[in-house]
Amino acid sequence: MNFEIILAAGVASGTILLFAAIGEIFTERAGIINLGVEGMMFVGALAGFKVGIETGNPWLGLALAMAAGALLALLHAIVCIHFQADQIVSGLALTFVGTGVALVMGEGLATARTGALLPTLTIPVLSGIPFLGGVFFTDQSVLVYVGYLLVPAAYLWIDHTRPGLHLRAVGEQPSAADALGIDVYRTRYVYTLFGGALAGLAGATISMAVTPGWFSNQETSGLGWIAIGLVIFAQWSPGRALIGAYLIAVIRRMTLDLQGPSDFFGFANPFFTYQPSTFFLNMLPYAMVILVLVIGSREARRRRVGAPASLGVPYVRGERGH
Amino acid sequence: MTEPEPIDTTHELDTPLAVDMRGIVKRFPGLIANDQVDFELRRGEVHALLGENGAGKSTLMNILSGLYRADEGTITVGGVPVDIRSPRDAIEAGLGMIHQHFTLVPSLTVTENVLLGLPEPRFRLHLPKYAGRISELAERSGLRVDPRAKVWDLSVGEQQRVEIVKMLYRGVRVLIMDEPTAVLAPQEAEELFRTLRDMTAQGASIVFISHKLDEVLAIADRITILRKGVVTASGIPAAGRTRSELARLMVGRDVIEAIERTSSTPGQVVLSLEGVSARDDRGLPVLRDVALEVRAGEIVGLAGVAGNGQTALAEVITGLRECAGRVNIHGEDLAGRPPLRAIDAGVAHIPEDRQGMGSAPDLSLVDNLMMKSYRRAPIARGWLVNSTVARDQAEGLTTEYQVAAPSVDTQARLLSGGNLQRLIFAREVSAMPSIIVAAQPSRGLDVGAVETVHRLLLERRSAGAAILLVSEDLDEILALSDRVAVIYEGHIAGVLDVDHADVHTLGLLMTGSSLATAGQGASAGQGASTGQGASTGQGASSVAASDP
Amino acid sequence: MTVTGRRPIIPWSLRTEQRLETPRWLPIVTTLGAVLVALLISGILIAIIGGDPIEVGAHIVRSSLGNVGVLSDTLVKATPLIFTGLACALAFRMRLWNIGAEGQLYFGAWGASAVVLVPLVPPGSSPFLVVPLMIVAGVVSGALWGGIAGWLKARFNVNEIITTLMLNYIAILWVRYWVFGPWSEGGFQLSRQFPREAWLPRLTDFAKAIPDLGGLTTHLGFVFGLVCAFLVWFLLKHTRKGYEIRLIGDNPRAARYAGIDIGRNIILVMLMSGGLAGLAGMSEVSGSVHRLQDGISPGYGFTGVIIAYLARFNPFGVVLAAILFGALILAGREIQPAGIPAMIQGIVLFCVIGSDILLRQRIRLVRR
Repeated sequence: MNFEIILAAGVASGTILLFAAIGEIFTERAGIINLGVEGMMFVGALAGFKVGIETGNPWLGLALAMAAGALLALLHAIVCIHFQADQIVSGLALTFVGTGVALVMGEGLATARTGALLPTLTIPVLSGIPFLGGVFFTDQSVLVYVGYLLVPAAYLWIDHTRPGLHLRAVGEQPSAADALGIDVYRTRYVYTLFGGALAGLAGATISMAVTPGWFSNQETSGLGWIAIGLVIFAQWSPGRALIGAYLIAVIRRMTLDLQGPSDFFGFANPFFTYQPSTFFLNMLPYAMVILVLVIGSREARRRRVGAPASLGVPYVRGERGH
Repeated sequence: MTEPEPIDTTHELDTPLAVDMRGIVKRFPGLIANDQVDFELRRGEVHALLGENGAGKSTLMNILSGLYRADEGTITVGGVPVDIRSPRDAIEAGLGMIHQHFTLVPSLTVTENVLLGLPEPRFRLHLPKYAGRISELAERSGLRVDPRAKVWDLSVGEQQRVEIVKMLYRGVRVLIMDEPTAVLAPQEAEELFRTLRDMTAQGASIVFISHKLDEVLAIADRITILRKGVVTASGIPAAGRTRSELARLMVGRDVIEAIERTSSTPGQVVLSLEGVSARDDRGLPVLRDVALEVRAGEIVGLAGVAGNGQTALAEVITGLRECAGRVNIHGEDLAGRPPLRAIDAGVAHIPEDRQGMGSAPDLSLVDNLMMKSYRRAPIARGWLVNSTVARDQAEGLTTEYQVAAPSVDTQARLLSGGNLQRLIFAREVSAMPSIIVAAQPSRGLDVGAVETVHRLLLERRSAGAAILLVSEDLDEILALSDRVAVIYEGHIAGVLDVDHADVHTLGLLMTGSSLATAGQGASAGQGASTGQGASTGQGASSVAASDP
Repeated sequence: MTVTGRRPIIPWSLRTEQRLETPRWLPIVTTLGAVLVALLISGILIAIIGGDPIEVGAHIVRSSLGNVGVLSDTLVKATPLIFTGLACALAFRMRLWNIGAEGQLYFGAWGASAVVLVPLVPPGSSPFLVVPLMIVAGVVSGALWGGIAGWLKARFNVNEIITTLMLNYIAILWVRYWVFGPWSEGGFQLSRQFPREAWLPRLTDFAKAIPDLGGLTTHLGFVFGLVCAFLVWFLLKHTRKGYEIRLIGDNPRAARYAGIDIGRNIILVMLMSGGLAGLAGMSEVSGSVHRLQDGISPGYGFTGVIIAYLARFNPFGVVLAAILFGALILAGREIQPAGIPAMIQGIVLFCVIGSDILLRQRIRLVRR
């Protein structure tokens, strides 16, 4: 096993989780919980791949993947913001619709392709750094680099800009934000759509860069749900989402590599000698997510940080009769 | 309205009015909150808007501040007709409202709260720069605030100052304050009045919404009175008015203000707290070494400015919050035991948050009324619930306690505030509890409901219940209590016999002075020890004063 | 000195106001309306992607309700859905988002299979011993799988949506391990067929006495489903525990105030919910498939979420909704492309929750 390769692959597939988790962070910071990430990733993966190969223009595919994710999120936004529906259930419905639509539209699409649709880059100077250069800056997809830039940008946006301030206020205390002339509905729409677009981008990252192709219902293998778990672990901060995303992705990647060698350090590799036991290996990432959540929840309790105060609560302007 | 214009030399009559509202009508399903209301505000005056709870004062001002839209009527500001569709429009017209529930975001800093919603800074926040500006502005207006503090770390009084600074920063010329003193200690209220005076001297106009006659007489230049959505007095000068005159205009009949309270002969101590400390949800200390006793057949009033640990104290007694120390209920220490233990020990709880804790909004009145009794016969039949009995009991209770509702199947969320509180009282009091913890029992209720609440508490007291009355309304505390305990920063700053307690002394204790410096009440109380027997005598019966 | 406001262009506007009373018929009417709207939208979508919505609709009706035979098949498909729907409805009643009925179903199926495949009882035992044992094993396995998420929620306040979902994946892989490995029959991804004593009786088993029943595969699991629906209804409506569940679901703070131990109820309800879903797995392997195999459920656990919602958590409504979705799934096997049923399910769910606002608010056309 070559650690540099495993880590580099982990960073690449961690980018999927990163996009989805950061999108969800923005949505949740505005007070809307969108559990439909899996569905939005599905349509994103499909739209990106299909448009990419049919037009030959991967960038157009990327744009449409984001638009598709946002379009689906728009459904969620309308139902949750204007109809004040239950956000949990609406998110589940979104998952069904997204997967269903993607499967329908993806019917008969080529299952696999050899090369990635998007170019890869090696950064001249940085790739020369021992070990780290090989992991982070050599032969990675452009989207991986977008991921590097997205994290600080998200942090600065949320904590150090005026729109970010409004975002936080809307998620914490929408009535106060409303009274100060901030359009709560519009803010929530914008960030729900933005979260959807990033989820679509995450889907496209799968189908256009990390594992190019369309594998129908195997496409996202629960990454959307893992991303939602990551948001809780990350305590709604982009920096921690980055750590969690890469961590989970590296473990996922290692479960593949562990099946390969016939022996570890002189011991027979049980995953090699008895194929069915690899299923236990495949359980590992999911078990890890639960473990990470337990750790995250305990820490949150200790540090007394929590979800945005109005997460999941529909905002209705306070006109009452009594 | 053609009330004769009083001659007022401090204002020029020909300058346009700061605000002129004409023929305002606002309907809510089932009631008319404002019916053809006229309201005029002059420059540089404090204009009190007086009325009972539910008279339509807040509605009228919510219309002015853009939160509601009037169904009919016109508004002019500084002589110019305006169409206020949102709070932003109101602020642009120079109108700012400070609500009873502050519109602050607790997790943000003071500076961030002030900048919220403003067009500047345009993109990057540059917090240090703006923090400087804000503290400069605050200083100039005589308001002490730390621009870097997070709002959830501030006291209620400080939060109110942040609200004022926020409005000043927006260049507001007309400040509307909804019951601003409700959450303040008397001394803090005086400080607020001074601030408001300074502001009017600099040309600002202030609308002061209140239902308290004394403070209206103390601060207002002119008074407009609303009753059931209709104006009963329009801009009458405050000078020379009497309480009873205003009360008549406000209530529509002569008011008997004093509550008949018979003297009590308290019995055994049934509830006692020793060395109780607790933390709030964020892990910060909220109660420190609290000692308090309540005897059977007495009402102990717990006075204090909001946010000084009253809520936590009620929760500690009812088992809802973990704590260190001893919470003795009928001699048994129940500190840290689950809420069910307190319920079984006969503790009833009228919670502060009626919708959030005291009721299940989407469940029926039957379900709401059996919240505490469903475990016991006759409602419980082993593992089962006897719905017929539950229903019959609910019917009986709603009748007895005059809960007005279409039927017992109605959802609790549809009850008005007063009826919801009657429902909670029906549930809690009907179990004949030996201890009652009543938190803010009359807050926000109309006069009829307040009378019911007070009558029920006094009835229970006569029946021998030990009652802890937590209230921010000193008048209520003084009217009902036998003894008054004052809580300040999670500590009992002093306990006084009600005959020795007055608003001034309590006010000092509420703002952190010890009994020794708080005046006459102290002399009798000095040296008295906690946990003494049945002292029916005079003076403070127990003192836990320490100079902070 | 006053000026009248601007005149609006359209003199009418839609206005919403709080409903003071919700009539009994309203939820039923809005739900039916929402389902109709959803089917309409689905039809339009099918037309857009080039299908013939009328033909698809006719196909669904024909192949699910067309004759006694397919109706029986519909009930077979509805059976696991009744259990998963009840599992979700019970948990959701407490606002406990058990999205893990799928995994609990797999574990229930595994537990029930273990009775036969380990085997825990000697081959040739009486069905009156084997079947009850399988039921117990299925319920306990499913309950434990659900209980894990409940315990994590009660003990560490870990979000149950994520844990139940992750446990789904693990459960599916767990079953895969057994059917690929120890229980594999000749290297295929399925176990050997169960002996007859481990089968739930089917209608066709009585064909000797009543010839009309020949070929009908509806099995006893359906009756179990009806019994469970009644039990869940009785629990919620007439027991102290049911009252606690409803109270916690409506306002957990009020429940705590009323002296209810919320953590204990979370674990208990997750155990019950998991047990119901486990029963779905048992009834599938014992009543329908007669073996354990990979992909034993094509998402019955997730459909249970929609069914619970469609029924507005009413146990008897769950039975009706389960039959409706049973028909959809049965017909959907032959519908191409394969994603259409999932899409229709999602749209139905969207319309149902969107229609909820009509229960809370009255929408009126008013003059400005």
